[in-house]
Amino acid sequence: MSFLEVKDLKIHFPTDDGLVKSVDGLTFDLERGKTLGIVGESGSGKSVTSLGILGLHKGGRARISGEIWLDGEELNGASAEHVRGLRGKKMAMIFQDPLSSMHPYYTVGHQIIEAYRIHNDVSKQVARKHAIDMLGRVGIPEPARRVDSYPHEFSGGMRQRAMIAMALSCDPELLIADEPTTALDVTVQAQILDLMVDLQREFNSALIIITHDLGVVAELSDDILVMYGGKCIEYGPADSIFYRPEHPYTWGLLGSMPRLDREPTERLLPIKGSPPSLINVPPGCAFHPRCPYAERTQGKAETEVPALTETEGGHLVRCHMSRDERRGLWENEIKPVLETQ
Amino acid sequence: MTEPNYASEPLLSVQDMEKHFPVTKGLLKRQVGAVKAVDGISFDVFKGETLGLVGESGCGKSTTGRLVTRLLEPTAGKVVFEGQDITHMSQGRLRPLRRDMQMIFQDPYSSLNPRHTVGAIVGAPFRIQGVQTENGIKKAVQDILSLVGLNPEHYNRYPHEFSGGQRQRIGIARTLALKPKLIIADEPVSALDVSIQAQVVNLLEDLQNELDLTYVVIAHDLSVVRHISDRVAVMYLGKIVEIADRKRLYSSPMHPYTNALLSAVPVPDPKARKGRERIRLAGDVPSPLNPPPACRFHTRCWKAQEICKTVEPPLGEVASGHRVACHFPENAVETPAATAAAEQS
Repeated sequence: MSFLEVKDLKIHFPTDDGLVKSVDGLTFDLERGKTLGIVGESGSGKSVTSLGILGLHKGGRARISGEIWLDGEELNGASAEHVRGLRGKKMAMIFQDPLSSMHPYYTVGHQIIEAYRIHNDVSKQVARKHAIDMLGRVGIPEPARRVDSYPHEFSGGMRQRAMIAMALSCDPELLIADEPTTALDVTVQAQILDLMVDLQREFNSALIIITHDLGVVAELSDDILVMYGGKCIEYGPADSIFYRPEHPYTWGLLGSMPRLDREPTERLLPIKGSPPSLINVPPGCAFHPRCPYAERTQGKAETEVPALTETEGGHLVRCHMSRDERRGLWENEIKPVLETQ
Repeated sequence: MTEPNYASEPLLSVQDMEKHFPVTKGLLKRQVGAVKAVDGISFDVFKGETLGLVGESGCGKSTTGRLVTRLLEPTAGKVVFEGQDITHMSQGRLRPLRRDMQMIFQDPYSSLNPRHTVGAIVGAPFRIQGVQTENGIKKAVQDILSLVGLNPEHYNRYPHEFSGGQRQRIGIARTLALKPKLIIADEPVSALDVSIQAQVVNLLEDLQNELDLTYVVIAHDLSVVRHISDRVAVMYLGKIVEIADRKRLYSSPMHPYTNALLSAVPVPDPKARKGRERIRLAGDVPSPLNPPPACRFHTRCWKAQEICKTVEPPLGEVASGHRVACHFPENAVETPAATAAAEQS
């Protein structure tokens, strides 16, 4: 059994306007020391997934079903109390916006010490030392002085470092980073990504990185999961997803991005339309209204949800087209256009 | 594509423009310092071209956009639009010029009045400027809506009924209403999803070809800027450190900062991460309240020497159309400062 196994996870929210199926049957696994990248646009359910794994939807209005196995222990059926004990120690999270995720009234050191002392029976002095040590490890200059600073006294990049220090203070085995660098400038983003890779190697933790930036995902991930409308539409090893993608949505994402590593093109190749609202996910294949190949399925795309099927070594695709059809399209139509870019 | 005309007079010319925001203290608002958001920049924008303005947060790129459109008053320097000095023009005299110079804003949620219909929003420029239209304002607005790819029947809808990408199109429609000559776009796509970004980038390019527009695009995303621009200016702490045509800037960047920026962009190719050497810049951007003396990048630059701390490098032309402010530029055979340093040692 893998270190983390998520099986058929569903997170639905009843609202006045109807049932919002934020996550609708998600299955994946992750080993220690490996990184999974979850990619998707806004409203694809990627952040809800991460909060679900951490048990942060418990006690709310969410209807959660499925199984979450962390290190041989099932979390979805476990009590909120028990999961809270695991949070911070066994699994931790890095949020997108460090300014709004840290308490403005307490010093950075105070917040790290608090988290550390909940899980470790140590004196304040020992915890403070540990906090200084952690701040130093994530590259904050003069940690002994900065430990007494407030979040607003840090720059954006330093706050994100402090947040990483906080998340790592109890050596969590599973680390979830939700858009960890979206709010940062590119040079700072590069520093933070390097830091996360180094720390992951050091702690041998499992890392889930959630982002909309395919560049960040390519930089870090071993496996990639592409989400659309609450469902996984493509999942597999990073090389397989980047060099032999088979879902039209993944093709669309690759065609939408201007790339620095290739000659500039005259035009980008966007996906038509816009991402669906989760209250009103199109029937059948959620992507069919935007898919240029939908008519090839003789109407199946509008009525039937395609199954997630394996195409090659661990590479899963949710599409009605046959494997040969998809591969033919990729090799003959999509790839040549993307590569002349 | 219409080729920009570099031989003619520039459409917009900015000369030694500065903007210092005073920092005050106490009851009497005594000035104790100044945030030097823009500190002496000069550039020209030619008809039909797209000038990209890139830099990290706090480098002064948005302030530059606001100064050029006179939404902010420059502290010093000159802004010349179509040969006319508009730096200190009164609001009354400026108003007719606003027709020719429009702005696209970053956030399509906060830049549209939620209580006005799309028709009122896009029609506002006609009313404010008192422009007569042949078949009435409604017809004109509907024409523009279809031009930017929106359904003209959505004339009576409110902004909240649209998605982010559609709202950005409404903002663009409003900008285009009076057929401006120059459009300043401040982060036009950064609030949008990847697939929608590409739609809006393509739309901006199509409109430029169709309507013969000139753009200044302000953005932090280097790949978007490369895609859309003819020339690119890189800003750091209120100064332009390098300006060149797109091809030169991206293939042989000369300023160390430009090199660092380019190497920091993650590339969507898993194999590239292994072979790629990334320049790691230490620390953060210094505060514009108290920028480092002389070359502002010397505190983070791996090539910095004594001269960088004492003499400010001018934005000198090193090749045709390629200007860089550095004593020791990369990808250069010989530079005056480097030769001088070599002679001394």
